Amino acid sequence: MARQSSKLAVEGLESFLSEQSGLDDVNTAATIEKLAEELEETDINVAEPVKKDPVQMITEGFIYFKTNKFDKNPELYNSLAQGQWPQFLVFACSDSRVCPSHILNFQPGDAFMVRNIANLVPPFDQLRYSCVGAAIEYAIEALEVPNILVIGHSHCGGIKRLMSHPEDGSAPYDFIDEWVKIAKPAKAKVIAKFGNLSFETQCEHCEKEAVNLSLTNLLSYPYVQKAVACKKIRLMGGYYNFIDGTFEHWEFECHFSPHFPIFAV
Amino acid sequence: MATPSPTTFSQPFNFSKDVRRTTLKTSTIFGPKLKSGEIEHTHLRLLTSFMTGPRLELKASKDPPGLTQQLDNSRLESLAETENVCDFFEDLKHRFLRFKKRKFKENLEHFQNLAQGQAPKFMIIACADSRVCPSNILGFQPGEAFVVRNIANLVPTFEVHITLHLVYFEFLLPKQTSPLHFFFLCVQSGPSETNAALEFAVNALKVENILVIGHSRCGGIRALMSMQDEEDSSSFIRSWVVVGKNASLITKSAASNLSFDQQCRHCEKESVNHSLSNLLTYPWIEEKVARGELFVHGGYYDFIDCTFEKWTLDYEGGNLEKNSRFAVKNQFYWC
Repeated sequence: MARQSSKLAVEGLESFLSEQSGLDDVNTAATIEKLAEELEETDINVAEPVKKDPVQMITEGFIYFKTNKFDKNPELYNSLAQGQWPQFLVFACSDSRVCPSHILNFQPGDAFMVRNIANLVPPFDQLRYSCVGAAIEYAIEALEVPNILVIGHSHCGGIKRLMSHPEDGSAPYDFIDEWVKIAKPAKAKVIAKFGNLSFETQCEHCEKEAVNLSLTNLLSYPYVQKAVACKKIRLMGGYYNFIDGTFEHWEFECHFSPHFPIFAV
Repeated sequence: MATPSPTTFSQPFNFSKDVRRTTLKTSTIFGPKLKSGEIEHTHLRLLTSFMTGPRLELKASKDPPGLTQQLDNSRLESLAETENVCDFFEDLKHRFLRFKKRKFKENLEHFQNLAQGQAPKFMIIACADSRVCPSNILGFQPGEAFVVRNIANLVPTFEVHITLHLVYFEFLLPKQTSPLHFFFLCVQSGPSETNAALEFAVNALKVENILVIGHSRCGGIRALMSMQDEEDSSSFIRSWVVVGKNASLITKSAASNLSFDQQCRHCEKESVNHSLSNLLTYPWIEEKVARGELFVHGGYYDFIDCTFEKWTLDYEGGNLEKNSRFAVKNQFYWC
């Protein structure tokens, strides 16, 4: 439907131009330039709340990508076919509303991306958390990404589950509860500091504290420690609030204090 | 008093104690700063490999290199670095504001609805590779797909996440000449990240489709195909990609006459099918597939010539066998 609208707009413009005569060239050119800029900025692939067959969704999605991005940028995509040099390793939630490619406009090649429940980075554990560990190892050792960005978000179902269970007495899940327990230290901190506030506010604080905890857990990986010590990598946190459309970001810095020698008196 | 033998069960590692001279400062643009000094509440368990056998010894874990490494002053370009930090944050700012202007504000009502809850039709399991984000290549918009991304888009089985270890422990009490022997059965979970996401997507969000997308030139699959049994097992990548080992064995037996690159390509698709079979080892997934409430699809994105293949697992059309052969239907090839 959006594609139909833009097609109609172009046809309308062509018809307008063919009917006009004796127009001031400068003004017309300026108007057309402005219209072209606006059209260029319009993303015609915006989600519409219309129910679609799933296969039709991905068919149209792929055709749009191939026609409007891949075929129009052969140099970029030929280069990406040979290898990738992403600037970011991103940890984001699996939540359908928070894909970093949308909210931070990451294009192909920009970000090596891990997505899991509640965007958690567990501490080093080669047996239990080899999935996340493998991604960190590959991103740092093989791809040498210069930035790690952990992005939390509002109304996170994983954090809400962490904050409510087992106190709410609900039946445990097979896997979810075990996974979100990684962020238990964040929960403890939030309850200690903000226990008097509403549950929703506590969840919001926990969503941000869990990002900080994940940034701290990153330092339990030897390759991250080494890269941080050599100043080859930066660790950043982010928080996307999709209720009011805001984004916060901050950096996790590691410093050594000056050395103070102790003199015997 | 009991004197335990050198073999011990596990060595909990307290990060804040072992990295003595670490001072961490954080700067935030909101809220209170984290404390400098020791890291709070971060207790790390560095579990090491276990060896089964009559005399068990725990291998010492590799101590992570401490943060006492001296900074190379010649590399410090503090002014340039500050500028780089600002550039990155400026970049992030522009990226977000562009999204806010072009999508969020233009579709405010839709985003307000999404803020109340999500009801995606798809769960996607895709590779973490920067070139294959499903939002880019398949055009998923906010609210449409619950996405898991890991190395080589692998799905572990429901059972493999539990590993049993038999730990042997010797205890020599004072004034005793022969030690007491103890055996402990230890249950250790395998990789658990993807399982939690599957559970949430299928049981909480009730997605109707799961799509596992493989892709060309996958580094994880290449690592899997290159894996030798005698290799050092300290690599995380190896510990993870071994989840797809059956796919590599099938590939090596079926495509041994092909070049290594061609075998990798074959394995990229074989591992998608292997993941689809693994999905059916989850009882709550198999139940829904059997009832026709959930459909399981495989996909393959080739970014060299920009093509996409898609197929659907035909649950009724074939039985699952041990070597993960099953029937497929609705195969498409887009180019």
